[in-house]
Amino acid sequence: MLDQRSQTAGSHTAAGLIAKIAVLAVVTALAVWAALPLIDARAWWGLGAEAAAVAVIFYTYLQRRRIPLKYLVPGTLLLIAFQILPVVLTIGTSFTNYGDGHRVGKDQAIEAIIAAGVQPTPGGNTYLLSVGESASGDLALLLTDTDEGTHWAGTEEGLTALDEVETDQAGRITAAEDYEVWGLAELNERHAEVAELAVPTGEHSGIKVQGLSAFEGTSTRSYDAGCDCITDDEAGIVWHADDETGTFVTEDGDEALVGWRVGIGFDNYLQVLTDEDIRGPFFGVFVWNLAFGAGSVLLTFALGLGAAMALNRPGMRGTKLYRSVMILPYAMPSFAMLLVWAQMFNRDYGVINELLGMNVDWYGQTWAARAMVLIANTWLGFPYMFLISLGALQALPADSLEAAKIDGATGLTAFRKITLPLLLVALTPLLISSFAFNFNNFNAIELLSGGNPINAGDTVGGTDLLITYAFRQAFGSSSADYGFASAISVFIFLIVATISALMFRATRSQEDVYS
Amino acid sequence: MTRTAEPRRAPVRPKRRSGLARWAGDTGWRHLMVVLVLVFALVPIVYVVSAAFNPNGTLSTTSLLPSSFGLDNFERLFTEPNVPFWHWFGNSLMIAVPAAFVSIFISSLAAYAFSRFRFKGRRPMLLFLLLIQMFPAFLAVVALYLIFGTIGDFYPVAGLNSKLGLMLVYMGGALGVSTWLMKGFFDTIPKELDEAATIDGASHAQIFFGMILPLAAPIIAISGILAFVGTMNDFILASLFLTDRSEMTLAVGLKTLVAEHSPASYFGLFAAGTLITSVLTVTVFMSLQRYIVSGLTGGAVKG
Repeated sequence: MLDQRSQTAGSHTAAGLIAKIAVLAVVTALAVWAALPLIDARAWWGLGAEAAAVAVIFYTYLQRRRIPLKYLVPGTLLLIAFQILPVVLTIGTSFTNYGDGHRVGKDQAIEAIIAAGVQPTPGGNTYLLSVGESASGDLALLLTDTDEGTHWAGTEEGLTALDEVETDQAGRITAAEDYEVWGLAELNERHAEVAELAVPTGEHSGIKVQGLSAFEGTSTRSYDAGCDCITDDEAGIVWHADDETGTFVTEDGDEALVGWRVGIGFDNYLQVLTDEDIRGPFFGVFVWNLAFGAGSVLLTFALGLGAAMALNRPGMRGTKLYRSVMILPYAMPSFAMLLVWAQMFNRDYGVINELLGMNVDWYGQTWAARAMVLIANTWLGFPYMFLISLGALQALPADSLEAAKIDGATGLTAFRKITLPLLLVALTPLLISSFAFNFNNFNAIELLSGGNPINAGDTVGGTDLLITYAFRQAFGSSSADYGFASAISVFIFLIVATISALMFRATRSQEDVYS
Repeated sequence: MTRTAEPRRAPVRPKRRSGLARWAGDTGWRHLMVVLVLVFALVPIVYVVSAAFNPNGTLSTTSLLPSSFGLDNFERLFTEPNVPFWHWFGNSLMIAVPAAFVSIFISSLAAYAFSRFRFKGRRPMLLFLLLIQMFPAFLAVVALYLIFGTIGDFYPVAGLNSKLGLMLVYMGGALGVSTWLMKGFFDTIPKELDEAATIDGASHAQIFFGMILPLAAPIIAISGILAFVGTMNDFILASLFLTDRSEMTLAVGLKTLVAEHSPASYFGLFAAGTLITSVLTVTVFMSLQRYIVSGLTGGAVKG
C-alpha cells in the first residue's frame, strides 16, 4: 500500500538535489576513512558490515519508489548499532566465561603461560619499570629501554611501542598516552597482580617484573600441540588444556593463572540456582528490587496525586505559584540532587538527623538505607506524578462526576469509586513505565547509597538492585566477570520484557495509537 | 483570614456551617496539604543554596538555613586547579546538545514515516520501537563497554575515553521514546495540509522540512529537552567512558567532589556547582513548562 505521492516524489528542486549529493559525499568520505583501519587489521567481518551499511544508504537515497525507507534508514541503522547489537552481544557474552583470567584467545593464553615461566638469562635486556592501566582496564608494564632510549607498553597480549611519553630524570615513564600510570599506593596495593604478569615477546621468551625493574629472558616452559599441553622442564609440571572451562590444569587440578575465553553454556545461569553463596543474596536483591520499584511508584503516585487533587479546584488562589514550586524537584539536575540527599543523610553532620533530632546510621543499617533511598527517590519522582495526575484529573469527564454527586457520592467515596478508577485507566501505562524505570534506577542507588550497607565478605549490599549488582560484577574493584554480569543483564531483560507485555495489555484499549 | 468569596460548586450539604469551617473544608485543607508537600519539595533545594553560600564549605558547618554568607565556594570552584568545573560543564553540554539534536532529527524522520506513510511492516516496527524504548541503553552496559573497547582499537576517536563514542550511545538510546512522542504529535497535524501541499507540487521532503517540522516545534522542544536532560543525568555510561579528570561530565565530576577521600571543604564546591547546573536546567524547564504536561501525557497515553 504505497502512498499515492510516491509516484511523483523525488528531489525535484535544485536545493534538494545538492543536499542529497552533499550528504552522500560525506557518507562516502566517512566510509573510506572507516575502511582503512579495518583493511589494515584484516578485519573482514567489520569491513563487510560497513560495506553493507553503505550499500543500504546508497540504495535508499538513490531510488525513488520506496519513500518511507528514506525516513526510516538513519534511525534503523543507529538502533541496530547501539541498541540491538549490544543486547545481542550481552546475550552472547552471558554464555561465556569472559572476564579477568579469561580475557584472551587460547593462543594468547599459551603465550602468556609460557612467558610466566621466564627466567633471567645472563646478559638479557632489562628495563626501567612503571605500571599502569589501559583505557579498557588492562594491566600494563610501561617499560623504558635505557640502552636504546625506546619506550614500550607490555600487556599479557604482547608489546606495543609508545610514542608519546613523559619520563622522570632516570627515564622511568610518568605519563603515557592511553595509559593511566599508577602511583606508589596503587602499586603496593596491587603488587601481586603485577608480579604475576608476564609479557610474551617471542615463542619462548617474555618480560617479567623483578622489584622495580623488568627483565627479558627465556622460558623454561613449552607448548606441545600434540598433547595440547604445556610442560615446565625445570619445575617438572605439565598443564593439560581443558577446552570446556578454558583453562590449563595440572593432574592435581591446579589451574594455570591465565585461561582463555570459551563458551560455557548455561553455567552462568545455573550458578545462580546452584551456588549457595550466590543464590541467597541474588534472590534477596531480586525481591528488594521489585519492592523498590513498586514502592517508588506507589509513594510518588500517592504524593503526586494528593497534591494534584488539592490543586484541582477552579478558582483557588495561588495555584500557579504552587505548581511552579512543586515541579522544582523535577527541574533540578537529578544526579546532583541525589548526591545532595546522600550528604543530607550523613549520620554525624547530615541535616536530616539534625532536623529530626535522630542519630540514625542511614548507611549502616539495611532498613534505614532502604528508607533513605525511597525517601530521596520519592522526592525526585513525585513532581512527574503530580503533573500527569493533574493533566488526567482535568481531562476527566465532568458528567460522571456530576452524576456521582447527584447520586449522593461525595468526598472519599466519590474519589474511591469514580475518580481513582477513571484516573487509573488513563495513567496505568505511565505507572507501568515508571515501574520499569525505577526497577533499573541505577543512579538512585549508586549515587545515594552505593548499594550499602555491604557486609564484609558479601558480594551484594542491602540496597543493591540487579543492575548495580551486575555493574559491580563487571567493573567493581574485585576481578571482572563479564560473563556473569551479562547473565544478570539478560535476567533483567526478561523482567523488563514481562513488564512491557503487561503494558501492551494495558494499552490495548487505546489501540488507535497504531492506526 | 476568612475567605468566603471563593467561587463554590453546587452546595454539597444541606447543613449550614460557619464561614471558617466551610473554608477549611472546601479550600483550607487544600492549602495545608500543598504547603506540606512544598516544604518537602523545598528542603533539599534550600539546603543546597545554603551550602553553596556557606563560606566554610564543609558538611558539618552547613545547616538548613544559612548562618553566614559568602561567595568563597564559587571563587574556589572557578580557581581550584584540581576541580576543572567549567571543563565538566562544557563537556556535558558538548555531549548532550549534539546528541539531543541528532537523535531528535533522526527520530522526527522516522516519526514522519510512521505518521504519514502506510507500508509493509509498519505495525510490527511500531510495536518493536515501543518495546525497545523499555530497554535503556545502559542495561547492556557490559556489551557497550566491550563494543567500544573494540571500536577504540580501530578508531581511537570513537572508542572508550572519547566524547564521540559516548555521544553515539546517547543518540541511539533516545530514539525509541522520541519517535513515539513525535509520531503522536504528527498524527494530530491534519493530513489535508499535506494533500494541499502535494497538489501545489511540493515533494515529500518539502512537506516534511517546510511544513511538518515547523508545525511540530513544541513537541520537538519537549523531546529535545527530555533527551538533553536524560543525557546530562546519565552517570553509569559517562563514568565508564570518560575517566580523565578534565574529560569528565558534570555528573561524574561532581561526584568526585563528595567521594569519601576528597577534602571536607569540597562539599561547598559541590553545592556551588550543583546550584550553577540547576540554574541551567530550571530555566529550561520553567520556560517550557506549559508544553511539558501535554508532552508527558500525550506521548504515552494517546500515542
